[in-house]
This record gives sequence, structure tokens and C-alpha cells, in this order.
Amino acid sequence: MNNALAVASVVVKELYRRKDFYVLFVLTAVITLLMGALNFFNDDKIVRYLKEICLLLIWISALVIAVGTSARQIPSERENRTVFPLLAKPITRGQLIAGKFLGCWLACGLALIVFYLFFGVISVSREHQLPMASYFQALWLHWWMLGVVVAMALLGSVLFAAPSSNATICLLLILGILLLGRHLNKVAVQLAEPMSTVVYVVYFAVPHLELFDVRDLVVHNWDPINWLICVGATFYAAAYAVFFLFAAWLVFRRQPLV
Amino acid sequence: MDQANLFGMEPILKIEDLVVEYRTREFGQRVRIAVNRLSLEVFPGEVFGFLGPNGAGKTTTMNVLLGFVPATRGAAYVFNVNVRDPIARQRIGYLPELTYYYKFLTAEELLRFYARIFRIPRAEVGPRVDEVLKLVELDAARKRPIKTYSKGMQQRVGLAQALINNPDLLILDEPTSGLDPIGRMKVREIIQRLKQTGKTVFFSSHELGEVETVCDRVAILYQGELKAIGRVSELVEKYECNLEQAFLKVVGYNSER
Repeated sequence: MNNALAVASVVVKELYRRKDFYVLFVLTAVITLLMGALNFFNDDKIVRYLKEICLLLIWISALVIAVGTSARQIPSERENRTVFPLLAKPITRGQLIAGKFLGCWLACGLALIVFYLFFGVISVSREHQLPMASYFQALWLHWWMLGVVVAMALLGSVLFAAPSSNATICLLLILGILLLGRHLNKVAVQLAEPMSTVVYVVYFAVPHLELFDVRDLVVHNWDPINWLICVGATFYAAAYAVFFLFAAWLVFRRQPLV
Repeated sequence: MDQANLFGMEPILKIEDLVVEYRTREFGQRVRIAVNRLSLEVFPGEVFGFLGPNGAGKTTTMNVLLGFVPATRGAAYVFNVNVRDPIARQRIGYLPELTYYYKFLTAEELLRFYARIFRIPRAEVGPRVDEVLKLVELDAARKRPIKTYSKGMQQRVGLAQALINNPDLLILDEPTSGLDPIGRMKVREIIQRLKQTGKTVFFSSHELGEVETVCDRVAILYQGELKAIGRVSELVEKYECNLEQAFLKVVGYNSER
């Protein structure tokens, strides 16, 4: 664990010393503030649209940060040859993968806190209320969803040498799951065999990231979801993250470094 | 003659009948032998030069010693532990050829990171970092990000990270490669200082003058095979010429062609 935490600390330092996060945060803030300054049709409920847009931007930024940071970890270690002095020390490849995951995931968590704090400030300034439980659930489930994304991108980073191709494939896959994942079973029903079975297998195999999207709770100030469901979703995300990390380790442990 | 008997002590590094084969990516997957039945021993306190032209198998051998590449046949041991076991690397310092360290870290942060991996007690990390940064003359630049360092300074950061755990065995892969004469001289001085403190150094180099100055023994590798091994003075005496000419004779290069 010590080695994984040491690697993770370097990944977190990398995130806050690079410009990516700051650029995305400033973009989100500027767009949200500009939208907030406008008033369409004197609609009292326009704040809900503002919150929705802000949350959408936060989701996009978080995905870009998570995939961008994770996809380059192992390839850049190889390209810059920093993996050699690192693995020449008493650290295993499994600990390196675990450290990279922890670092990326914690870095995403820190970025999310900053984004949600900004969102909270905007929300309170307009609505004068802050349903803490719903906000916490939205942040918590979002963070765990990013855990699955980070683990998936790390697996991609040991399979594909180029970070750009890995990032593109991961983003397409994630967007596909978020937009189409919940409809796959309906598609399967309408298909003939054997395609129906194939689509059903895909439906049950892919991580349903859309389950973690509870933006409506905070947009419409709804009551929080049942905490047991929240705990179940956490275990669901943890299981997928562990599966992807295990697969990444299986590939990386035998991979020649030279 | 058995080298252990020759020195009367246990070797710190032992390579036994090592064979490393690569599958090429050409059609039909031809096998290329990078190292062929290499056996050698390095003893405590020695500075051992590992010589050979490009592609001789020096870096591949070092990669096996560090666990980066698996041996096809044979075995290698460091401190009597098989190199496949990560714990074998606890007492090793390694400087790769031409490495770029995490550019967003400072030299001090980099060394603290590596110190953590070696589980050096927190109270000892500060003094150890100070010591190695002074040794490699980077004390004044310790708070600057590595991306602002010159090539020579980066190579010295590499040496500093190789020394952070106060290793008993240093494996240096062409430590002076790409450095200007002053940079080379500084690295050579550091190796000599390490030798005086009783460290064992196993290093590869193309700089035969440097090897002649600092090495106790050398091994010459050519096309993956060990062609000669012994004290520098013995090789010079045997071939009746300087080390450079002896090296050329061993690898079969005829300058009159």
C-alpha cells in the first residue's frame, strides 16, 4: 500500500501542476456565469436550466480529466523512460497500476470537489437553499463512476501504446454506455437470434455508468435516493473498477518494457 | 579458474549461463539471440566495466538483472536472491541510459518519492536527500523543477536517485552517455568517490579511457557472447596494447582493413 500511495501522490501532483484542470474549470465557470447573467422570458425557473447546463459542463470536464489523465499514465512512463528507474526499485507492477489508479481517482475527486463547490455557490446564490444530502449523493456517485472510468482507461493504457487512441476509444465507449446503455435490452428484444443474445450479453456485461447520473436530484431539488441504493451503486462501481484493474495487471505484468 | 576462489569471497552479482532470446516482429517470428550463455560474477567493492559495441547485449543483460526482461534460460542473482524477486532490488541503485525524470517534480520531491518506495524511515529521508544532492552537486537547484535542468544536471539527478537508498550495488548503464567533457568528469569523480566508500559498481560504457581509469575488472561482450573478462592490466598485458586496442582485437575489428 505504501508504494501505491507514493505513486498516487506523484499523479496528484501532476494534475495540479498541469494546466488541463484549470482550463476546464475556468471554461465551466465562464460559461455558467455568462448563462446566469442572461434572463430569458422572465422565467422564474430559469435557474434549473442554469444548474442543468453547469452540471453537464461538470460531467464533460470530469470525464475529460479522468480519461485524459489515466490514458497517458503508463504510456508516458514508457515514453519518458521513467518506468525504468521506478521498476528498478522494490515495487511490483501491480503496485504501480494500483498507485496510478489511486492517484488518478483521488485527483478526479479533488477536481470534482472544486467543481461542485462552484456549483453549490451558484445554486445557493440563485435559490437560497442547498439540499446537502442530494448534493452529497450526486458528488459521491459521480466520483465512483469516475473510478470505473479511470480503471477502464488504465486498462486501455496497457493495451494501446498511444494515449490519444486510448483516450478516444475510452471516451466513445463511455459516451456510448451513457447514451445507449440503458436501451440495449429493449434493442435485444426486437432482434432475432443470435444477435438478441449477443446484445443481451453486452447489456449485462458493460458497466452501466448511467446509473450514477443523478443530476436531476440537484437540478429539481428532489429528495435524496434511498441510501441503500447508493451503497449498492458504490459496490457495483467498486466491482467493475477492481475487474478492470485486475485485467490491466494481468496484461501489464508480463508485458516486456523494452 | 573459479572467480570465487580467486577473490576468496561470495559474489554480490552472479550470472549463470544466461540466454535471452527475442522474437522479431518480422514475418515468421524469427528468434534473435541477444545474450548467449553469459556467465560472470562481480564481487563486493569492485568497479566492474561491462563493455561491448552497440547491440552486444549489455543493456539486455542489465534489463534481466533489474527484472525488466525475463531470461529465456539460465539465471541471475543479486545478493544471492534471484532477480525475478522484487526484493532483490532493495539494495540496488540503477541509473538508466538517457532517462527523463518526472519533469513537474523538483529534484528534492523526486528523491523523497523514491525514498518512500525504499521505505526509508521518515527521520532519515531529509539527511539522506541532503547528502546525495551534495554528492552530485545539485544542492543549489534542489527546489527547481527538473524540466529546467540541463542534460548534465538531469544525469546527476539520475545518479542521485540511484544512490538514495545507499545501495550496496550500483548498476549504471552508460552513465556518461551524451554528456559534455565537464559532465563526464563529474560523473567519473562520483564513481571514484563511490569506489572509495566501498560500493560495488557494475557499469556499461563506450568510453574506454574512462573504464581504464575507474574499473578494477572488465568484461567484453560481443554479439551476446562473453569474449573476455579480467583485470584491465591483465587484458592490456595479454594483448600487448592499450585497452582500446585490446577491445578492438577482442571484438575482431581489424583497423588495417
